[in-house]
Amino acid sequence: MEPLPPKKTGFKFTADPRLLGLTGVLVILCIVGQVTRPDQFFTDGNISTILRLAAAIGVVSVGMTFVIIAGGIDLSVGSIVALSSVWLTTLATQSYGPFVMILCGLLVGLGCGLINGILVSYGKIVPFIATLAMYVSARGLAERISGRRTQVVSEAGFLDFFRGDLLGIPVLIWMFALVFAIGWVVLNRTTFGRRTFAVGGNAEASRLAGINVKRHTALVYGVAGLCCGIAALMVVARTTAGASTNGMLYELDAIAAVVIGGTLLTGGRGSLIGTLIGVLIFTVLSNIFTLNNLDTDIQNIAKGVIIVLAALLQFRSVKKTKTST
Amino acid sequence: MTEQSLHRRRFLLGGAAVGAGALLTACTSNEAPAQNNAANVANAGANSQPGTPVTIGFSAPAADHGWMAAITKNARAQAQKFSEVTLNATEGTNDVNQQISQVETLINAKVNVLVILPFDGKALTAVGQQAMDAGIQVINLDRVFDTPLAYRTWIGGDNYRMGVNAGNYIAQQMKAKNIASPVIGEVAGIDSLPLTQERSKGFKDALTRQGFTVGPRVAAEFTPESGEKQTSNLLQSASKLDALWNHDDDQGVGVIAAINNANRKNFLMVGGAGSKNAMNLIKSDAEPLKATVLYSPSMASSAISLARLLGQGKGAGDFAEHEIPAEITTYSAVVTKENVDKYMDVGFDS
Repeated sequence: MEPLPPKKTGFKFTADPRLLGLTGVLVILCIVGQVTRPDQFFTDGNISTILRLAAAIGVVSVGMTFVIIAGGIDLSVGSIVALSSVWLTTLATQSYGPFVMILCGLLVGLGCGLINGILVSYGKIVPFIATLAMYVSARGLAERISGRRTQVVSEAGFLDFFRGDLLGIPVLIWMFALVFAIGWVVLNRTTFGRRTFAVGGNAEASRLAGINVKRHTALVYGVAGLCCGIAALMVVARTTAGASTNGMLYELDAIAAVVIGGTLLTGGRGSLIGTLIGVLIFTVLSNIFTLNNLDTDIQNIAKGVIIVLAALLQFRSVKKTKTST
Repeated sequence: MTEQSLHRRRFLLGGAAVGAGALLTACTSNEAPAQNNAANVANAGANSQPGTPVTIGFSAPAADHGWMAAITKNARAQAQKFSEVTLNATEGTNDVNQQISQVETLINAKVNVLVILPFDGKALTAVGQQAMDAGIQVINLDRVFDTPLAYRTWIGGDNYRMGVNAGNYIAQQMKAKNIASPVIGEVAGIDSLPLTQERSKGFKDALTRQGFTVGPRVAAEFTPESGEKQTSNLLQSASKLDALWNHDDDQGVGVIAAINNANRKNFLMVGGAGSKNAMNLIKSDAEPLKATVLYSPSMASSAISLARLLGQGKGAGDFAEHEIPAEITTYSAVVTKENVDKYMDVGFDS
């Protein structure tokens, strides 16, 4: 069993050697981007585009990191994004104005997440199966509510806020930064975070240590669901539409980002910084391919190679760390 | 924590949950205010007088997006137009096995004519042939069967010409603006689909013939979200863009959102398929979208009309032949601000 992280005080970042390889991959990608398109890659517009595209999947990945550290898995994140986006863009919701739209998106996400958590913890259903059921049913409900139509947002207040800028930076990027910062603090500086590591590391030992494992597990899935609700707001703001096709394959992208970011699929160990770098790697990769007008099939091959490369570099970093201590 | 505060917390939590539930329940209605949602119905010709009764079996994939939903809607509306026609429509499905079973059920029910839009043309070929062997004439709609032995008449869209007409329209506009070497972008659909490949080939061929080339190109997935994502990157790759063809108006919702996000409207955009949403934008002249090339689900209305004529043994009106043709390809008209009113009736809800 991995030792639990010691209780820390203060907010000093310590460099994790396990992330060095991953950071190296991101740096190499950025160099490739700059070398191939020096006129475009490091421009304000392109960096802003990369971060805006990373925002929604990044927020979903924050929630996924919590779930995987706690020893679970969530296959339903993409479907929850779709359901939340459709629910907040129905004509009835829009008629109540932007505040209710935002509230609906968040509540639907949180509700679906808590249902997942209750099924896993109190219903004793394996996370893979419980979230698979949500994966199917949430998208089905999204199709039902939307009538499989693209629901265009006509509520100007909602779009004006989420598509606007704050201090020259898009609101979506602020949201991503805020969710990430709160996630990092909660995971690394609070009892909730320490319990998440503990439950993922050894649920039985955590129970004996007095942690209410069932309730904590349910809450962790609730966090993931809430993140999906926030991501739905972002997707709707970006596309100006709610559709049952939103959030397609988010679960795989999020799991890939989390895992190459150094979070163990077995639970008990993980890093939100790693997840962030993982999300950025995939977004930058996609950006570089489009900037250079390369085929999508080559892009998918490269994505696979990057996953393997990042995992190998990480493995070497871990090995070096262990031999040097 | 005291017992009393525990009770209070549970009461508050319960109240919040009930309130949230009530709020969410109130927000699921999607009833639009009164608007014209009439399905497209084919024009009446010389054959419009009621004839012998005809039962038409209809099978199509699940209405999982606007275009496919319009196909089923148009088929039902067209059948209701004829008093002597009975439409036996099955529930749309994307499960090939289930669609085969549905068609077999319609064969057993001894319908007079079958209209089939297969989820997968190859997989449904055998059952199409089975129907023809049983003496039931089959109208193959859009996605073509593997062999003409499986259908009496095929009617469908023209993906290649969609690309050609989009390319020709863009080339014509570029020449009118005296742009010598325009940067012409393309937002395709799913690249692995033959229909996307045909559209892209038509677009490239038309531009090449006019002395132009396809510039930055991305492939989306026919969804608004993928359209926005891919177009955001495409706009970054091309600091100069003179024209853009987007294959699909549903994904076009996201494409236009990306263009607005990037504040880049100084180019000509052409859409594809012909959704109501796109036509309204063309009419308003406010967005970069100036035209869309049709791939209209009105073909379903025509398929039902053809099925009725087949069932009654009639030919197509104004044609010299006694029978209806074996193949009909609908035309991908270019809808612009000048003619959009004429085409509004074939626009579909995306």
